[in-house]
Formats: sequence, structure tokens, C-alpha cells
Amino acid sequence: MKLWERDPILDLQHLTMRFGGLLAVDDLSMQAGRREITAVIGPNGAGKTTVFNCVTGFYRPSEGMIRLRHTAGAEFLLERLPDFRIAKLGRVARTFQNVRLFAGMTVLENLLVSQHNELMRASGYTLLGLFGLPVYARAEHAAVERAKHWLDRVGLTSRADDPAGDLPYGGQRRVEIARAMCMEPELLCLDEPAAGLNPRESEELNGLLLRIREETRTSILLIEHDMHVVMGISDHIVVLEYGRKIADGTPEEVRNDDRVIAAYLGVDEDAVEDARAEVQP
Amino acid sequence: MADRSRIDLAAALKDSGVAAAIALGLFGLLVGLRTEASSTSELELLPRPMLLAIVVAAVFAGRFLIMLLYQSGAFEIDTSRFISSDTKARIARLSRFAGPALLLFALTMPFSADRYYLDLGILVLTYVMLGWGLNIVVGLAGLLDLGYVAFYAVGAYSYALMAQYSGLSFWVCLPVAGILAAFWGVLLGFPVLRLRGDYLAIVTLAFGEIIRLVIINWSSFTGGPNGITGIPRPSFFGIPFIEGEGGFADTFGLEFTPLHRIIFLYYVILALALLTNFVTLRLRRLPIGRAWEALREDEIACRSLGINTTHTKLTAFAIGAMFGGFAGAFFATRQGFISPESFSFSESALILAIVVLGGMGSQVGVAFAAFVMIGGFELFREFAQARMLLFGIAMVAIMVWRPRGLVATRDPSVFLTEKKTIPAEKVAEGRT
Repeated sequence: MKLWERDPILDLQHLTMRFGGLLAVDDLSMQAGRREITAVIGPNGAGKTTVFNCVTGFYRPSEGMIRLRHTAGAEFLLERLPDFRIAKLGRVARTFQNVRLFAGMTVLENLLVSQHNELMRASGYTLLGLFGLPVYARAEHAAVERAKHWLDRVGLTSRADDPAGDLPYGGQRRVEIARAMCMEPELLCLDEPAAGLNPRESEELNGLLLRIREETRTSILLIEHDMHVVMGISDHIVVLEYGRKIADGTPEEVRNDDRVIAAYLGVDEDAVEDARAEVQP
Repeated sequence: MADRSRIDLAAALKDSGVAAAIALGLFGLLVGLRTEASSTSELELLPRPMLLAIVVAAVFAGRFLIMLLYQSGAFEIDTSRFISSDTKARIARLSRFAGPALLLFALTMPFSADRYYLDLGILVLTYVMLGWGLNIVVGLAGLLDLGYVAFYAVGAYSYALMAQYSGLSFWVCLPVAGILAAFWGVLLGFPVLRLRGDYLAIVTLAFGEIIRLVIINWSSFTGGPNGITGIPRPSFFGIPFIEGEGGFADTFGLEFTPLHRIIFLYYVILALALLTNFVTLRLRRLPIGRAWEALREDEIACRSLGINTTHTKLTAFAIGAMFGGFAGAFFATRQGFISPESFSFSESALILAIVVLGGMGSQVGVAFAAFVMIGGFELFREFAQARMLLFGIAMVAIMVWRPRGLVATRDPSVFLTEKKTIPAEKVAEGRT
């Protein structure tokens, strides 16, 4: 039995998402293992981002169940929670395909906004903070320390006081991951984190994600097109095509799956042997 | 510099001809014809070809001149030639003292000014406070509110009615008026939670009108269009400003002058405005203030970070409305008389103009804009006819040269090593 079946942090059962007549996700069941890196891959339009939006509450699934179980044992049925509560209670953080930073705020401010709920509590829901009580000052200091830690991890400490919108694209992607990690999430959902990165940057991203897996209790779920990232770091890969799951297994299993290769190369299954000879020298 | 070879007379003439034709079409009926009652009291049409010709010729000549100047490059002004980077740095250094200097001026003003300038000062400070209050909603949270005057009205009427029916003093009613206005802010907030930008502006505009119309039509309670008269004046914490025994002058051994009350009112509104400023600056450094600004930048990202956008928006509406309510209560006690006329849409537009011209989110900018708009408007009182015209031209000019307002840069609320000002074009306006 695979780890993701034994102790899943995220368990999707019969997830279906319809937009009018379009069936974006069709009866998808999959698991993501605790403290593993799970990749969801598939050709364009396969429904990957839709699955993400269902998990993070931006869409409400038409059918199915999404169960999140924290390491401490708390369980949440995500399909019943609004998006911000999934982030707040479920401790599910996410990044976006087209980076969504607060461009007019500094990098450090971005990282503090993501610690909003904790700081809100420390500021006595603004009342205590308004009178400048030391309780809040201490909490803010701790929040800045945590932000510094993650800035150091993504190598952007020197840009902390620059507006986030001033950073180059690769830097913005790293800030978005740092911002998500400042929430100390149980589950981190990354929507195409390597899109638009050059090979060196995508190599650094691999290192960063592996470090997150080693050093924190955060499990990672990611959508990615860059096979170098997917094959290099994933413990578990789920392949979607037209909203259905066509393969599920370790990178090795998926790499050799005929249906996956056929889907990716856009050929019929019986033509796979020739195609494989072309891609694997 | 002028480049002779670039001047194209034919194009300039053609363009001026088009302008003259448009002018002919526009003014043909407006200026060219005039109706007059004849001796038999019938309407007669009087053609005025000479006047029309003069107007059209003036347009032609003016356009031709502009085209020539334009082609000769006279309009291509390189501002860096006039203001060196050295001067710019000096201006930036000086501008840091602008806030304290304004404050010092505001604090010492009553000692040297006469009644007229004191009244003007009170008026300006009222608008500074309203501008700062609206700045929370529009500048920080990025929620375009065209009905802010509604909260001003709620505050004013709360105080006036409470004073009239229960006889409570100003200092008791002031917080209640603020709380009531905040309550109405939340009430307005609920239906508009999903709206942004233009749609939000329309609903808030309607809300402002609803409050005004309710006040007009609920005559039995609010006095309707006649308003409320005889609103109690504030006392110096229980000591009334009256001549004779027990009055303010008597108690403090001063010679009685009606100016005492005006000076007191001036300091009350100054204190209220400074309170607004202090609270806003504090809130910006608290998680709620950062959440407001994050909301202005990207609402979806906010939700993905676990921020309850509903609560965040409602608190912005409530706190902005609360300061509007304070200002309204002050307005009522200063005037001694309020009527729905004081709370028309043009007031909302004026307050919003102050915020936009000053620079959304900037405290000093908004204060300066209120000073210029209200004070400047007052200074041009003698040119009654041209006042609105000058006012309009000034607004257009500012928006052309400084489209993001006078102070459009943003100061970060926290920094690690060095505080860097964020340029205006990076900061979102909350229209998405």
C-alpha cells in the first residue's frame, strides 16, 4: 500500500465539476500523501486548475467530497467551507497561475498580510493594537522574523523593502511561495510554479520545494507542465485528461504508462511505441 | 527649441478650419440667433451675424495659434531642465516638514486670526476630517464611495435629535453619533459587498440620496425640509460660553468676547481631525489596515490568504462612516441649524474630489487638498461669476499634471532595513 493511500492529507472522492454543459472534472478520486509532493499533470484543458479551485474553495464542486486531515487529527470537508475559511481553518495555502501579489505593497508587507489572522488575534481584533499594547508589538516582531526566515529561504532578503511589483517574474513567483509558507500551511497548493522560469530558476524551485518537504510539516500539491520539475521532485503523480484520471502512481510508473504518453504526445495508444522511441533516446 | 522646418502651415490651416466649422455649428443657434419680445409681445427672431462671425473667427485664430505653437515644439517642455535632481531631493527633504509645519500653523492660527479666518479654518478642518474619513474607505480599502455625505448627515441628525429630545450634552452625543453612523456604514456595506468600482459607486450614490430623501420626508421626526433649529451649542466641558456669571469668561477671569466659543470650536474640530489622522495612521500599521490595502490590491489573493473580505470591507465602511458621523455632529453643533440641503450629493462629490486630488491614501495630500479647495474657493469669493470656472480649470490642470493626486506615492507600513517610498503607478486604485 502506497503512503498516499495509507495516510492521505487530502482525499478526493468522486469529485465532479460541471460548468453548464461542460464537464470540467469527471468523477475524480485521488489522494495526496502527508508530507509528500503530489503532482497533478495533464494536457491543457484537462481540468487541473479546476481541481485546485475546488480544493481551495474558489469553486464549489457539483458533486463529490474533499476531505482534509491535519497531522494533529482535525478533519475538514473542504467542499462545505468558503474559500477564506479553507485557508484560515484548513490551513491550505495556494499560489496562482498568473502571480497574484499585492504589487503596490512591499515584499515584507505581502508576507505580513498572509499572517493576518494570527496578527488579528494578537492585536485583540484591532482594539488592543490601537492603543499600542506590547502584546501586539511582540506578535508583529515574531511575524517579521518568520517573514525574514522565508525571505532568506527564497533568497530575497535584500528585496524585502521593494514593492512586490518591482521584482522580476521569477522573484515574484518565489515571493508568492514565501507568502503562502508564512501561513505555516498543512497543505501548499502550487499552480504551475515553474511557468515562465528559466532552467536555473526552475532548478532552484526544485531545491526550495524539496527543502519545504524536508524541513516543515507541509504537504505539497502542485500542477506543473515542466516535466523536469515534476519528475525530479514528485513522490506521486496523478495524470488527468479531459477531466478524468488516466494514471496515478510514482513518477516511474507514470513515465512508462502508455496512456499517459499517448495523451501527452497526442497520438493513439498503439502508436506509442514509435513515439516513445523518438522522445527517449 | 523651435524647428522651422517642422511647421506645416497647410495642416494648421486645415485643422483651424475644422475647429471653426465646429464652432459655427455649435454657436450658430446659441449666439447667431436671439429671440426677443416685439412691441406686439410676439417672439421675434433676431439674427446676429456679426457676433457669430467674431466668435468663429476667434476660434479659428486661437486654434491656428495653438497649432503653430504645438508644431514649433513650444509645448514640449522638459521638466527636468527646470528642476534638477538636486532640487528634487531638496524638495523631498522639505516635504517631510510639511506635515509638522501645517500642524504648527493649525495650532497657533487662532491667536492671530480674526473671526472670518477662524470660521474659514473651522470649515477647512471639517473638510480635512471628512476627507481623512473617506480616505479610509476610498484610499485604503479601494471602495469607491459616492454617498459619504449620508454618514455626515446621520451624525448631524443624530446629535441634533438627541440634543432636542433628550437634552444630552454634546460630549455625550458625539460618540453616539459616531456609533450610529458606523452602524449605517455597516448597513450600507452589506448589500454592496459583491460590488466593486463603478457599480459600487452607483449604489453608494443611491444610498446617499435615500438618507437625504428620508430626512426630507419624515417631517414629524426630522423636521423635513425645514430642518432643525436651536441645536445646543457646545459648552466648555459644562461651562457655557455666555456673558455674565458662570460663563466661560467669568470662570477664567477673562473679558467676555463671542470669539471664545469660535476658538473653542476651532480646537474641537482640530482635535477631532487629528484623532482621525492618528487612528488612520495607527490602523495602517495594524493587520486590519494592511488587509484593507491588500483588498485594494487584489481581493482574490486576500481570500486565498484566509482574510475574511466581508468583515474587512464592513470595518472599512464602519470606521470611515464613524468619522463622518463625528464630523456631522460637530457640524450640527457649530451651525446650530441643519437641514437636508447641507447634505446634497455635491457635498459627497466635493469630499471625494478632495481625496482624489490629494492623492488616495495620503494623509498630508488630503489635508493639503482640503486646504486648497475649501480655502481657495473662499478666497475667490469676490469673483463670484468666475469662481466655478477657475475651480474647474484648477481641477482639470491637477488631474492632467498629477493624475494620481498631489501626493500619490505610498509609504510602506513596515520595513526591514530601509523605508522606500512606493511610486504611484505601482499602487492599485481598487477598480478591478
